[in-house]
Amino acid sequence: MEILEYGFMQRALLASLMVGLVAPAVGIFLVQRRLSLLGDGLGHVALTGVAIGVLTSTAPVGTALVAAVLGAVLIELVRARGRTSGDVALAVLFYGGIAGGVVLLSLAPRGQATNLESYLFGAITTTSGGDLAVFAAITLAVLLVVGLLGQRLYAVSDDEEYARAVGLPVLALNIVLAALVASTVVLSMRVVGLLLISALMIVPSAVAQLVARSFRQALYLACSIGLVVSVSGTTASYYTGTPSGGTIVLLAIALFLVVAAAVALREATARRRHRRRGDVHAAHPHEHGPGCGHPAVRHGDHVDYDHDGHLHAPHLTGTGVHYDEHGTDSAPADRAATEGAR
Amino acid sequence: MTPSSSDAVRLRDAHIGYDDVAVVAGVDLTVRHGEALAVLGSNGSGKTTLARGMLGLATVLGGDVELLGAPVGRLRDRGRVGYVPQRHTVSGAVPATVREVVSVGRLARLGLFRRLRAADRVAVGEAVAAVGLADRMEEPVASLSGGQQRRVLVARALAAQPELLIMDEPTAGVDAASQDALAEVLGRVSAAGTTLLVVTHETGPLASVLTRAVVVDQGRISYDGPLAGAETGHGDHHCGPEDDGARAGYRMDQPTVSARSARSLGGR
Repeated sequence: MEILEYGFMQRALLASLMVGLVAPAVGIFLVQRRLSLLGDGLGHVALTGVAIGVLTSTAPVGTALVAAVLGAVLIELVRARGRTSGDVALAVLFYGGIAGGVVLLSLAPRGQATNLESYLFGAITTTSGGDLAVFAAITLAVLLVVGLLGQRLYAVSDDEEYARAVGLPVLALNIVLAALVASTVVLSMRVVGLLLISALMIVPSAVAQLVARSFRQALYLACSIGLVVSVSGTTASYYTGTPSGGTIVLLAIALFLVVAAAVALREATARRRHRRRGDVHAAHPHEHGPGCGHPAVRHGDHVDYDHDGHLHAPHLTGTGVHYDEHGTDSAPADRAATEGAR
Repeated sequence: MTPSSSDAVRLRDAHIGYDDVAVVAGVDLTVRHGEALAVLGSNGSGKTTLARGMLGLATVLGGDVELLGAPVGRLRDRGRVGYVPQRHTVSGAVPATVREVVSVGRLARLGLFRRLRAADRVAVGEAVAAVGLADRMEEPVASLSGGQQRRVLVARALAAQPELLIMDEPTAGVDAASQDALAEVLGRVSAAGTTLLVVTHETGPLASVLTRAVVVDQGRISYDGPLAGAETGHGDHHCGPEDDGARAGYRMDQPTVSARSARSLGGR
């Protein structure tokens, strides 16, 4: 493939692969915690770190990492301590981060300040070999921590009050999660840009949450989706000449819209089918049971009753007995469809 | 259960509240190991704050609060205390199965890094079976009814095999069948030696399990004795929300004037 012949594109694709995998692995805990915008805020804070790096001629990735982690810890401490002021304190920190970044960058010697756009919107093709080494270290560290502490992070994200009551170290785990987010922000800023980082953390998780049945499934699915949209978005941006960050995020959002529409359609169809089946014997005059006159038919884990060629599966509801249509004797496949739709 | 001579819960002149405002003031309470205690009271009486103080979720502003022989802040292995919060549903933003939610109950006993082992998975399975949801183990919690989701929260607490189980309004908003199922589970748990502390404004079917009651009124204990005595002394605790206004007797879910004024002073 032509795209792989260029060193800069090889590095770009490797970077997008790591980002695509890591961002949703951290983002899913933020979605669970309903703190989806934390990544955005830390992206703002990271900009100040970038500016300090540019001004002091140190690697911006390092200074951004320090700034974002410090910001993350500060946010968690404010959240743990404060009540009403927490929201405002976060806003001040976030806006302070981006304002500080812009002002500090403007003080940099002429020529360097133009880097601002590459940090805000990503400049994946400028990824150097050194950047890749740092990215790989961050990727390994983040995946290792998620692997080790994933269940605890889930517990705290799912029900913080319960976690505290039973003695899990809630503040420490929250700080770990915030530090993971900060690391991911720095990892992603060259690929999708500081303004779009949150999207790559959140949108794949949002897609996964629509179709997954378990948290583990959602986590794996979100990582797979992130990986696919990240790599394919980077590839597409090479051919279309569009910025990689925007392309990746638009691709992810398109996927979200398609899946959301498909799920809505499936649910509407299932509801309609259930209603139609219910209407067959809407006013059910008769309670099925042993010896009721209708033949009992063993059906998997329960017994149905053959009622005029339909299989009726009685189940108790809050208001009495309700009958599900489980198809006809000769159509066991129909039963599978009914089960699947429920 | 534990060969310890100390009590499961001991409060001496306890003041508990939030942000330096005491909701519960000067409470003395001792619960022996294996007792099944109902904490009754109207909305705003401070009964939930009392329980939250024991769990470290509300601040102990004065006096002593001891759990399983240790001051609440210094209790090691908090997994010995089970908690069922007053929460109507389980579902977070991301789907989770019954197994995943209940497994969380086990984590508290494992420290920070240990993973769930075979014995833990057995405990999770037993806890889910105890609440009658064994066949729903791998289903998303959000697909269960409200009453079943409450049972999942009970199973999460049971999975830790706690010595002391604190429950906040476990029957509120739960259908009759689930309430009966809950009473049966608690009966077994209590018979096995677990200390029960149930915060509620209506005992309902749990009356068959709970033997002792304290009534909290305006942040103080106004009655401490047999459950039956609490009912004769304070009217009918069994009336549920469906009886709305139908009975003239005292109801725990209607705050008295004094309870309201206590709340307006900053209580919750």
